[in-house]
Amino acid sequence: MGLLQPESGLLFWMALAFGVVFVLLAKYGFPVILKSIEERKDFISTSLAEAHEARQQVAQVESTCQALRAKTETQRMQILQQAADLRNQLIAVAQKDADAERERLVADARQQAESERQAILRDANGQVVMMAIALTERLLRSNLQDKEAQTALAEQLLKEINSEKANQSCTQG
Amino acid sequence: MNWKLVIIGVLAGFMNVPLAARAAEGEEVNAIEIVMGHISDSYEWHITNIGEHELTLHLPVIVRSKDGWHCFSSSRLHGGHEYQGLHIASEGPYEGKIVERLADGSEHRPLDLSITKTTAGLFVNSLVLVVLILGVARWYRRHRSTSDAPGGFVGIMEMLITMLVDEVIEPCIGPNYRRFAPYLLTAFFFILINNLMGLIPIFPAGSNVTGNIAVTLVLAMATFLAVNLFGTKHYWKDVLWPDVPWWLKVPLPIMPFIEFIGLFTKPFALMIRLFANIMAGHSVILILTCIVFVTARMGAAVNGSMIVVSMLLSIFMNCLELLVAFLQAYVFTMLSAVFIGLAQESPHAEEEHSSESNSDVN
Repeated sequence: MGLLQPESGLLFWMALAFGVVFVLLAKYGFPVILKSIEERKDFISTSLAEAHEARQQVAQVESTCQALRAKTETQRMQILQQAADLRNQLIAVAQKDADAERERLVADARQQAESERQAILRDANGQVVMMAIALTERLLRSNLQDKEAQTALAEQLLKEINSEKANQSCTQG
Repeated sequence: MNWKLVIIGVLAGFMNVPLAARAAEGEEVNAIEIVMGHISDSYEWHITNIGEHELTLHLPVIVRSKDGWHCFSSSRLHGGHEYQGLHIASEGPYEGKIVERLADGSEHRPLDLSITKTTAGLFVNSLVLVVLILGVARWYRRHRSTSDAPGGFVGIMEMLITMLVDEVIEPCIGPNYRRFAPYLLTAFFFILINNLMGLIPIFPAGSNVTGNIAVTLVLAMATFLAVNLFGTKHYWKDVLWPDVPWWLKVPLPIMPFIEFIGLFTKPFALMIRLFANIMAGHSVILILTCIVFVTARMGAAVNGSMIVVSMLLSIFMNCLELLVAFLQAYVFTMLSAVFIGLAQESPHAEEEHSSESNSDVN
């Protein structure tokens, strides 16, 4: 029975000791510890939330990047296609222009050749006329009785004219 | 692990030296007396025997008798001596307690506020607790909680405190848990430290503090006060006018009476549970140790084998008591938190709780 009978002295000292311990720990002990633990818990949960948010943002940025990359790839393909089309178009136009230019040049060359030929012909006619006049003039000046003499004269004259012409061309050259 | 077992064995062996000597001398070993001597309170703290010399700490006696206050060392009363009209009763209802002899020859128990072995152990353990907790708090004051994490002992304490707050106090009490957390944590660590110190058989530990009913009574009273002083209106309404069929309340207030009795049975259960568990643990360990000396006269073979059995069982019981030390502190805290939580419930919370229960059932 003695064990089940609380002693007044021990009750008093226990109440005092427990009261003092409780006051000390409740004032200077546990609030500090609980506050720090609470702060760390909040910090961890905030950091986790921020990390989660950052991860979501990174995922979003990644998906945006992928979309941009895909879009850019499409645009690149379009631009390349356009460039190829433009190139083909330009080549076709250039070929067309070149053909036209070539035809124009050929026509010009032909026209120039024709005009030169005409000029040569006119020049040749003029020269023939001049030779005929000169020959006629010589013939008229000489005394021409017979036909052989006339022919010999004409041939001599022709030789002279030719030699003169050759000399002229030598001096011009 | 082996060296720990060896240390435990050696310590247990040292503890048994005086008894072994008595047994060897052929003196009768009274196991009940030994057990009761260890678990009951006394005015002196017997530390050990050095040869024939007893190393004892005589504690102060503080008594208020018919002729006023007396304060002196208990060594004055050692060996049945009387001092200032006071002596320690050797028999009768006040056996082992200080009594004063009245003029008519009868014995009267004065108001006794002496520092007994349990009281001294209580002071030592309280000091240890305060130093430990304030040491941990000091670490938190000196470190930023968001950049430094504790390790070692402070880390273990943080783990324990977090476990208690998150697993016991907050779920049991609810939103108001911060108000009661310091008390419940103090109660848990107070019981734990006292239980653990009671298992260490070396001075200044080893006193059976939580195995004393006065100690558990004060702890239970503290929970009783925390429950009833801070109880809500709804709690008192539930006690005095519970939500039961009217014929259980009038004309005979059967349920209010049962609820009112329940106010006292809850802390009473707390008190008895802790006291009985710790006292029984101490008793079993001591009885298992006494097997060695009880069987000393039964021959070398029996005694030798019983020594092995006694040592193994003592080690097992000490390990079990370590678990019980934590478990009893945990159970006391958890039940206190549950009782406080029941007294904190509002009608709204109760309705929510009951609707949740109904939905679970459905």
